Parts: sequence; structure tokens; C-alpha cells
Amino acid sequence: MRRAFRMTNRRRKALFGFAFVSPWIAGFLLFTMYPMAYSAFLSFQDVKITPTGVKTHFVGWDNYKYAFFNDPTLLAKFLAYLREMALNVPVIVVFALIIALLINQKIRFRGAFRTVFFLPVIITSGPVINELLGQGATTIPNIEQYGMFAMIEDTLSPAIADPVLYLFRQIILVLWFSGVQILVFLAGLQKVDRALYEAARIDGASAWESFWKVTLPVLKPLVLVNVIYTVVYLSTFALNEVIVTIRNNMFSTFTGFGYATAIAWLYFLLICVVLIIWTALIGRQKN
Amino acid sequence: MASWNYRRAADKARKWVLGTGENDGLIFKTGVYLLLVGIGFIYLYPVLFMLVNSFMSLDDLVNSMVKWIPTDLYVDNYVRAWKVLNYPTAFLETVWAAGAPAVLQTVVCGIIGYGFARFEFRGRSVLFVLMLATFIVPPQITMMPTYLMFKEYGLLGSTKTFIYPALLGQGLKSALFILIYYQFFRRMPTALEEAAQIDGAGYFGIFARIAVPMAGPAIIIVFLFSFVWYWNETYLAGLYFGNELAILPLKLQQFVDSYNQLYPPGSPGSQLNEAIKLAGTLLTIVPLLVLYFLLQRWFVEGIDRSGITGE
Repeated sequence: MRRAFRMTNRRRKALFGFAFVSPWIAGFLLFTMYPMAYSAFLSFQDVKITPTGVKTHFVGWDNYKYAFFNDPTLLAKFLAYLREMALNVPVIVVFALIIALLINQKIRFRGAFRTVFFLPVIITSGPVINELLGQGATTIPNIEQYGMFAMIEDTLSPAIADPVLYLFRQIILVLWFSGVQILVFLAGLQKVDRALYEAARIDGASAWESFWKVTLPVLKPLVLVNVIYTVVYLSTFALNEVIVTIRNNMFSTFTGFGYATAIAWLYFLLICVVLIIWTALIGRQKN
Repeated sequence: MASWNYRRAADKARKWVLGTGENDGLIFKTGVYLLLVGIGFIYLYPVLFMLVNSFMSLDDLVNSMVKWIPTDLYVDNYVRAWKVLNYPTAFLETVWAAGAPAVLQTVVCGIIGYGFARFEFRGRSVLFVLMLATFIVPPQITMMPTYLMFKEYGLLGSTKTFIYPALLGQGLKSALFILIYYQFFRRMPTALEEAAQIDGAGYFGIFARIAVPMAGPAIIIVFLFSFVWYWNETYLAGLYFGNELAILPLKLQQFVDSYNQLYPPGSPGSQLNEAIKLAGTLLTIVPLLVLYFLLQRWFVEGIDRSGITGE
């Protein structure tokens, strides 16, 4: 008797849990699962949107083949995307870490600095960035005038100089994407036990050593969180060339929805590869 | 005696400059402030640039002597940008288009997060992992079938295209918000809820009367971020709203066209210049700036309190 009551109680609880989560399940099926399946289907079709409805015609791997062999610009855009993921992501995350460490000191105007560093999150939207880019407000002025760029180009080999220049040219943009990451690191830093620093100091560790031995291990999981966040955020930002291409192809009379979905799937795979590589790199450093 | 005094003074000075092994020496501090101010300037530069240039008359823009301080506050740029953006209408539409999904997302993600955090049921961990995995699925994969679906039901051009996904926990970055609530509810002590249960309260009652009032910081941070991200979302908005819903960022995107319609090229003094465009840019972000400066305490501290970093 008593046992049966307990069972029903547990069941009842499970049922209520299901009820709480059910909006998500419904939404997942309707707005994620079904669209994903349908777009996978569309990527193998030639799609015509007519006033009477959607007309599809099976074309096999043609859309994907077109992406690799015929599209004149797509591969270049994918490569540019990969370069962005290789260069911008570490710079953003490292900068976020440095800024978080700086603000975490006992300094004056801490609140004011936090306000400033978080500002971009509030106002960063595609059109706004576009206007600022157009007006040249996103590069540091005079940096080219002082011959710094020429100097870098002269002294370093192109393989190193190009990425460096690339980063300098858009340093403000890169920094502007690090707001949320700074907050995540700051929240993590607050959780580091002060006693650990004390102990490290007594053992004769310098500030530099205790950063590597005490602070960084605590922040390590957050580095991964921030890398994933940064990759996803940059990949879906409205100015990203690839996603602009996807939308342009949607309404192109020549290619259309079928080809656009094919690019979207390739892009998704690319994002997954980038995430896997980054996760593996960060995971390996642990040992 | 004198040398002892001298040595003590020197030692004090050394400590003051180099610090005592902790991060408190003068050199270190100066370095920290220099870095912070320098990086802070880089962050603020575009905003300052926008602010200064939007008040420049054509003469100032052309004059290379005028760089940071306009000769006088030229407000005409704002008058024009205001008209081009059709500001009052566009502003209200944007508030609705960003506010409604943000409110729904705040409520629904809270319910879902609570369900994941407080209940055991079969398949819970699978669903949770699936939920997290949706974070990395780019909207570009799902947007085309969704677009066709909205088209079929005649929803294109209305805010319902944002509202319905938000209602079912599939809005912008919903996975992140559910995770924030999840972490928050997990950390909350269960004692109160158990007590209420013994008193005979139902699960929905416990959620509404006990969990929600305690979740203040999480609720605020989710709403603010949701609102800001919906406000700034232009890619999906451009696709789903088309030209029927003119929200501010989209109006900014079409600024040049709208301007030429309102002030046909060739008529005197009609030329579009950067100052007017920057005034328009500033006008689209001013509501967010005001919101931020009023509630910035919540933006920057809320993340710690909402426990997004876990335990």
C-alpha cells in the first residue's frame, strides 16, 4: 500500500516535470527538428517557389557539387570564415581574459570600466556596425600613418605579417565582440578562493606563477565556454559573409532555396568542425 | 641610526613602487590603469566618433581642422534622420517587436529551466543535451523551412514570426537562457519547496509562489539580454518582417533609399552626408543606451548572480 503510494507520487512528479518541459519539446519538434529535416530534404532538390506552392525536383548531390565546383566565390568565403575562426576567436577570448583580470583588481572606477567594456554588447547590430565600418570608425586612426604597417610588412614574412595586419585593421571590431565573455570570466574569477593565492604566496609563488597555477585552472572550463560562445556568435552575426550569401541565394532566380539550404548545411558542418578543433585544442592543454 | 631610518624609508618606497609581492605596487597599478584607459578608449572610440560627427555641419565635415569638437551644435542632422527613420512609429514598432518575444522568452525559458532543474523523469538528460545542442545549430539551417511555414500560414510581415518560436522556447539563444535558469534553480535550496509540498501545495503553485519570486536576478538578466538581442536582430527580422514591419535597425539599413525619397537628389541642401547617417545610427541605438545606463547594474552584475558559470 505504502509502496504503491510512493510510486504514484514519483510518477506524478515525473509527469509534472514533463509538463514543465513540454513547451520546449513541442517547440523543438515544430521549429527545430522539422525545419532541420525539411531543409536537409530541400538541399537535394531543385526548389521553385510558385504562387500555388513549393515545387521540388530531386537533383541528387548537384547542389553540393555546385557549391564546390561551380560557385565562383563560395569556397573563398569559407576559407575567409576559417581564417576568422582561427584568428579572431583566440584574440577575443584572450582579450576578454586580460580585461577581466584587469577589472578584477582592486581598482578605482571599477564600475565605470565595466560599463565601458560591456557597452558593445548593447549596441552591436548588423546595420550599426555597417555604418561604423563605412565611416571608418572601426579602425584606430593614424595607425597606418606612422608607418607601422609598412614596418610590419617589411620585417616579417608574409605568412606572419598578413594575419597580424588583418587583426590590426579590425582591432576595434574584434574587441567589440568580447563583452559577454568578459562577464563570464569575471564571474569565474569571483569564485577563485582567496586562500589559494595566500597559500601560493607563502610558498613563494610570484603573481605571474599564481596566475598560471591558481587562476587559470579555475578558469579553464570557462575558456571553453567562451570559445564556443564566440564561435557561435561570430558565425551567426548578421554581417558574416557566408550567411549573407545564404540569404542572397534564397531569393536568387538562378539558384534558390535548394542551393541555399545546401550551403547552410555545409556551413553547419564547418561550424561543427571548428568547434571540435577548438575543443580538442583546449582539452589537450590540460595534460 | 640615520642609516637605519634611511633604509626603512627606502624599503617603504620600494614597497610602494614595486608592491609587496601582491599586485599593489605603483608601477603595476600605473600599468593596469594605462591598459584599462587605453583599451577603454578603443571601446569608446566608435561611439565618440558617432556622437561628435553626428553634430557636424557640412562645413565642419569638409574642414580638416575640425576633428573632435564641432564649431557649433548642428541639430539639423538629427531633424532629418528623425524624419527619414519615421522615428516615433518605427520606435514603437521596434519596442513591440523586441519586447513581446523577450517577455515570452523570459517566462517560457523560466518554466522549462525549472522543469529541467527540479524534476526527474525519463529522458530528461537526453532532452537536456539536445536542448544545449540547439545552441550551435545556426538559424540558417532552420530558417528556410520556417520561412515557408510562416508564408503558408500568412504570418510573414508580423511579429508573430518572432512570438511563436519564443513561446515554445525556440527563440533567439533560448538554449542559453534555459541554461541560465537551470543553473539558478539548481543552486536554490530545496527546503522551502519541500515545506510547501508538505503543506499540500501543487507543483505549479510552488513554482509560481516560491521559485519565481526567488529568481529575480535570473529573470532580469534573461529579459534584458533577450530584449537587447531581439532589438539588434536584423538578419531574421529582414527575412520574416520584410518591408511590412519597419523596425529601427532595418530602417537604418535602408537609410540611403529612404533619404533619397524624402529629399530627392538635386534639390538644394538635400545632399546626404555621413553626419546625417551617423545621426540616424545614433538614434537607432539611443533607446538601448538609455536602457543600459539606467539598468547597467543589472547587466553587469546579474551574470554573477544568475550563476551562469555553474558551480
